[in-house]
Amino acid sequence: MAQSTTRKKPVGRLFVMGIISIALYTALLSNQDLVLSMFGKGGMYAFLPIITAFAFSVIHGSFTGNFWTVLGIEAARKKKEGN
Amino acid sequence: MDIAANFINLDALTIIYLFGVGFVGGLVSGFIGSGGAFVLTPAMMSLGVPGLVAVASNMCHKFPKALVGAIKRAKYGQVDVKLGIVLGISAEAGVLYGAHIQESIKKAFGDAGSNLYVSVAFVVILALVGGFVLRDAWKTYFAGNADAEEKMGLLPLWVRTIKIPGTMVYFKSLNARISILFTIPLGFATGMLAATIAVGGFIGVPSMIYVLGAPSLMASATELVIAFVMGLGGSFKFALSGLVDIRLAMIILAGSLFGIQLGAIGTTYVKPFMIKVVMGVIMVIVLFSRGLMVPVYLAQLGLIDKLDGSTVSVLKTTSFGIMIFALLLGAFIVMSAMWSGRRAEQRREAQLHQPSRVLEHGEI
Repeated sequence: MAQSTTRKKPVGRLFVMGIISIALYTALLSNQDLVLSMFGKGGMYAFLPIITAFAFSVIHGSFTGNFWTVLGIEAARKKKEGN
Repeated sequence: MDIAANFINLDALTIIYLFGVGFVGGLVSGFIGSGGAFVLTPAMMSLGVPGLVAVASNMCHKFPKALVGAIKRAKYGQVDVKLGIVLGISAEAGVLYGAHIQESIKKAFGDAGSNLYVSVAFVVILALVGGFVLRDAWKTYFAGNADAEEKMGLLPLWVRTIKIPGTMVYFKSLNARISILFTIPLGFATGMLAATIAVGGFIGVPSMIYVLGAPSLMASATELVIAFVMGLGGSFKFALSGLVDIRLAMIILAGSLFGIQLGAIGTTYVKPFMIKVVMGVIMVIVLFSRGLMVPVYLAQLGLIDKLDGSTVSVLKTTSFGIMIFALLLGAFIVMSAMWSGRRAEQRREAQLHQPSRVLEHGEI
C-alpha cells in the first residue's frame, strides 16, 4: 500500500495570516499622508520603516508560504529528505 | 526637506505594476540569491520616483524579502549562516565605500558622470563574471555532467591550502576550514557592486562558487543572508534621511514574497548548474541593456558628439525593455526548470508504485 504522504494543508493559518496581511496593507494605504509624514522625518524615526518591514515580512511571508503549500506547490521530497 | 516632493501618488495601476515586478524579481532572487533588484530601481524611477528614494525603497523591500527567502532555503539545508554573516559584514563596508565613491563622482562629474560610472561597471563586471558563469554552465551541460556532483576548481583548492594562524574558520558550505581573510575582499566587492548596480549577488554568488568552492545551491542561498545584512544596514542609513517610501517598498514586498517562496521551492527540483544558467543569462543580457546607455552619458559629458532627442529616447526605451526581458527570461527559465523537475519527480513516484501492480496481475 502506498504510504500516506498527504499532510493536512494549513488552510486555517492561510486565512488568518491573509486577513492580518490585508489589514496591514489597508492600514498602510489608507493612512498614506500620516505614514509618509512620520516615516519621512528621518533621525530616530528611521526605526519605523525597519520595524514595519519586519512586521510585514513575518505576516505576509507566512501567508505567501502557506499559499503555495495549500496550492500543493512544495519542495521536492528527495531534497527535503536528503538534508 | 520637502517630504511631499519625494513621494508620488499611488493609483491602482501603479500598485499592480509594482506588485508584478516585485513578484518576478522575487522569483529570480529566490532562485539565484539576487538579481531582481536591478530592474526595480529603474522601474520606480519610470513612475517619477526620485532616484535616491527609489534606491532607498528598493533596499527596504530587499532585506525583509531576503530574510524570508533565507529562512525558506535554510529549511532545505542550503544556507550557511556563518559564511553569510561574515561576508555580509565586509559587504556592508563595501556598500559604504561604494556609496562614497558614487557621491564623489557625482560631485565631480554630475549625474551623467555617475550614470556613466554605473553603466561601465555594469558592462565590464557583467561581461567578465557573467561570461565566465555562462561558459561554465554551458561546458557542464555539453560535457553531459549536469547530473554529476559539482567539481571544485583549482582556486578553491589553493584557498584551502593556505593556513594563516588565528584566522582559520570552518564553514559548513565549504566543508573546510579556510582563512577568514579570503572572505573580506569578496564581501567588500559584493557590497561595492550592490552600492553601484544594486545587485551585489552578481559578484557574491560567483565568488562563493569559484573562489571559495561552495556548491551553487548553497552559494545562492547564502547570498540571501548577505543581502539581508547589507539591506538592513543600507535601509537604516537611508531611513535616517527620511528617504524610504514605505508604501512602494511594502507593495513590491507583497509581490516579491510570493515570488521568493516559489523561487526557493524551485531550487529543490533543479540540477545545481541551472543556478549558473539563470545567473549567467541574466547578467549577459543586462550588460547589453546598460551598454546601450553608455553613448547617452558620453554625449552628456561632451566626450562624443551630442545625440538628438529621438535617439536618446529610443536608446533609453530599448535599454529598459532589454532589462525587463532579462528578468522575464530568467523567471521563465526558473519556472520551466521547476516544472520539468516536478514532472520528473511525479514520474519517479508513479514508477515506484508500478511494479507491485504489474506483478499482481501477472503481466510483464
